[in-house]
Amino acid sequence: MDIERLLKVLGDAEELELENVDILAEELELVMTSVPRPQLPVRVGYKDLSFEKPLEEFPGGVSVVRFGNTSQDGGTRSHSVFVGGEKTMPFYRFEAENPYNPVVAFDVFDMPIGLAKPVKIHYQEVMEDPAEWAKLCVDKYGADMVTIHLISTDPTIKDTPVSEAVKTVEEVLQAVKVPIIIGGSGNPDKDPEVLEKAAEAAEGERVMLNSASLNLDYKRVAKAAMDYGHVVLSWTQLDINDQKTLNRHLFGMGVQKEDMLIDPTTAALGYGLEYSFSIMERMRLAALKGDKDLQCPIASGTTNAWGAREAWMKESPVEGETWGDRMKRGPLWEAVSALSLALAGCDMFMMMCPTSVALFKEMISQLTGDPDMRPASTWLMGVGQ
Amino acid sequence: MKRLGPLDLYRHLPKTNCGECGEKTCMAFASQIIERTVKLTDCPYLKGSHLEALIKMTSPAVRQVVFGKKSPVKIGGEDVLYRHELTYFNETAIAIDVDDRMTDDELLERVAYVTNFSHERIGQELTLQAVAIKNVSQDPAVFAECVQKVAAKTDKALIVCSFLPESLEAALSVCDDNPLLYAATKDTWEQVGGLAMKYDCPVVAFADNNLSELKSVVHALQSMGLKDIAVDPGIHPENLSATVNEFVEIRRVSMNEDDTMNCPIIGIPAACTNPMEEVMSAALMIDRFADLLIFHTTDMYAVLPVITLRQNIYTDPRRPVSVDAGLRTFGTPTKESPLLATTNFALTYYTVASDIESSGLNAYLLVFDTEGLGVEASVAGGQLDAYKAKEAIEKTQVKDVVSHKKIIIPGMAARISGELEQISGWEVLVGPRDSSGIPEFLNKRWN
Ligand code: SF4
Repeated sequence: MDIERLLKVLGDAEELELENVDILAEELELVMTSVPRPQLPVRVGYKDLSFEKPLEEFPGGVSVVRFGNTSQDGGTRSHSVFVGGEKTMPFYRFEAENPYNPVVAFDVFDMPIGLAKPVKIHYQEVMEDPAEWAKLCVDKYGADMVTIHLISTDPTIKDTPVSEAVKTVEEVLQAVKVPIIIGGSGNPDKDPEVLEKAAEAAEGERVMLNSASLNLDYKRVAKAAMDYGHVVLSWTQLDINDQKTLNRHLFGMGVQKEDMLIDPTTAALGYGLEYSFSIMERMRLAALKGDKDLQCPIASGTTNAWGAREAWMKESPVEGETWGDRMKRGPLWEAVSALSLALAGCDMFMMMCPTSVALFKEMISQLTGDPDMRPASTWLMGVGQ
Repeated sequence: MKRLGPLDLYRHLPKTNCGECGEKTCMAFASQIIERTVKLTDCPYLKGSHLEALIKMTSPAVRQVVFGKKSPVKIGGEDVLYRHELTYFNETAIAIDVDDRMTDDELLERVAYVTNFSHERIGQELTLQAVAIKNVSQDPAVFAECVQKVAAKTDKALIVCSFLPESLEAALSVCDDNPLLYAATKDTWEQVGGLAMKYDCPVVAFADNNLSELKSVVHALQSMGLKDIAVDPGIHPENLSATVNEFVEIRRVSMNEDDTMNCPIIGIPAACTNPMEEVMSAALMIDRFADLLIFHTTDMYAVLPVITLRQNIYTDPRRPVSVDAGLRTFGTPTKESPLLATTNFALTYYTVASDIESSGLNAYLLVFDTEGLGVEASVAGGQLDAYKAKEAIEKTQVKDVVSHKKIIIPGMAARISGELEQISGWEVLVGPRDSSGIPEFLNKRWN
């Protein structure tokens, strides 16, 4: 066929109907862009127009995951916490109301760790006692959940025996009544065993095991979650294809999407946050569009924001440069990271600094509520700061 | 959604491959147009209504508006809703506000702040783009005097802000730098639009929490022949849900080829009553499509997270995540110079490299192939362990490059030091956890 001629003919067409045409090619791409004509001038004047809301309907959605069993379900938590269930992108309320708000889980460690000053001032009294630490997070800082990170079990740190780590988990479960998350040390050889034993000890409480990943024996972790009725966190490292692969393996083992969260890794603001942001955004859009591999709520280790030098350093290392008050700068670093990821689709935030959490939660309450507003024009009248 | 490919455009080019545009072929020219590196007018054979039609066809989903003559600021011009769909083109411009009731000292201090602001971050210079001048006095003469003072002190672009057309007119009579006019409303569109026509300035349409009214104002301005229009749907620092939903709705209709509301969006975190909230609202707006922000707080603890987030979100996502692994040199190292190591995650590498460069050190840097992951992540994920580090040492034959057998690994990789020492036979020094500490570390630990 004379393509040139066909294109020329089609160039002026607005619409094309093909009748009695056999297409022999394996793949035929028809690119139909008609050149728009310049618009005619409109009559000068004000006309009341109406803005049509640009609604989209998504065929897919995100699973709802419940954390924590109360006495009704055979556990000892005071209440359950829910995440997920989205039908549209986060806070697109003109389109649909998503059922649950983002949740913050405070990080607690089973041994004292190095912390930046704006964080440390809140915890220095309790760092020797994880149960007290957890209690402080809930009672004083309003933690929705608590993560107990069993980092001392790492053979290169303290090599705490599994039996002792299990005791720590039990103490935390005693000390707080919110749902909890149990984290390993990140040591791929030891974590499966630590998490198995911890899962057993927490049977009936519906905790989350953090985590199943491609660099350890994730089957043992996932199986422990299934055997003892827990949620499992599927963790990968800034690679959406790895995340899909791991999720498929886990689903293949029988893990249900109501029992799983996905965590593609959080890079700090200024040090790759955009990767986490875009992967989460892509994952959430894919889930809404129907990608069954990704229809789980998303989790973030937001505390990683403190790895940025602008967050933890007292002052700029560059001579003559100032970064401003660290007690404000650091918390903002973590809070801005959390907010950005919440907008991208993240549901659960593992955070540390109470100031950051308060800033983040204030934004969430605005983004999910309907507070009164004063006229927007007031900013120009000198009202404000 | 409007997303042209080179082929869509090629069909409408002369197809003679004459090369006069500077590209070898018309197809190459079409690709460069899509990449926005050349202009349609570079081809001398495109003329008249055909050219106009092609300009319209290739124009971005969100119109690009430019204000300021001396230091032009481009806002809008985006083609996608989400950055991963392609990339964003014009980063959110940031203006700092001043008002005509400020003392001269405060006014000029803030203007100087914007003018001189420069912050280097990972090889990029981050700046502020504009000064927004508020007509708090509501007095045209006072406003004009203030605008004049500001214009005399800075080459940065200006935004003149008043709901009184008389004030905007007074400002324009003393400033010929094509400032952005803020704002035309349902009641003032004709007067403000007239000023925009007369002085050839871009203009902001404003309606408070009413997108139908906003669209009507834009349409009225367009009916006068104005094209360079930005929109402010009204910022409510106490109800940012309204704000962000309106931003999303506006940006989504732009992607649906609406040719009234395809305007750049203005956000005003300066309306917040405290700096911490202001930073959070600015972050929200940068993440959700704002093209221009008016910001108030000038303390670095507040500005730094905002410009850093902007740098992140506006990074081209098509840029590779990793750099090539291997041995790099900095300065003019000798056989005795220190050997440092890091990962091939682009951000980690550039951070370390800029720290070494800025301190003027002579050193070697061994870049491990960690599959594009940072130090902490690759140690956690096993992409960096003692065996892989040893392999890199051997593969690069660094033993022939330096006379010592000492390697400094990142503090975050401390976990692998013992094993690496055992299997490689090299002395392994655990360096600082943050590469900004390298000069001090070398001072203390490297003879
Ligand atoms: S100048 Fe025009 S006709 Fe010549 S190669 Fe370039 S695009 Fe084609």
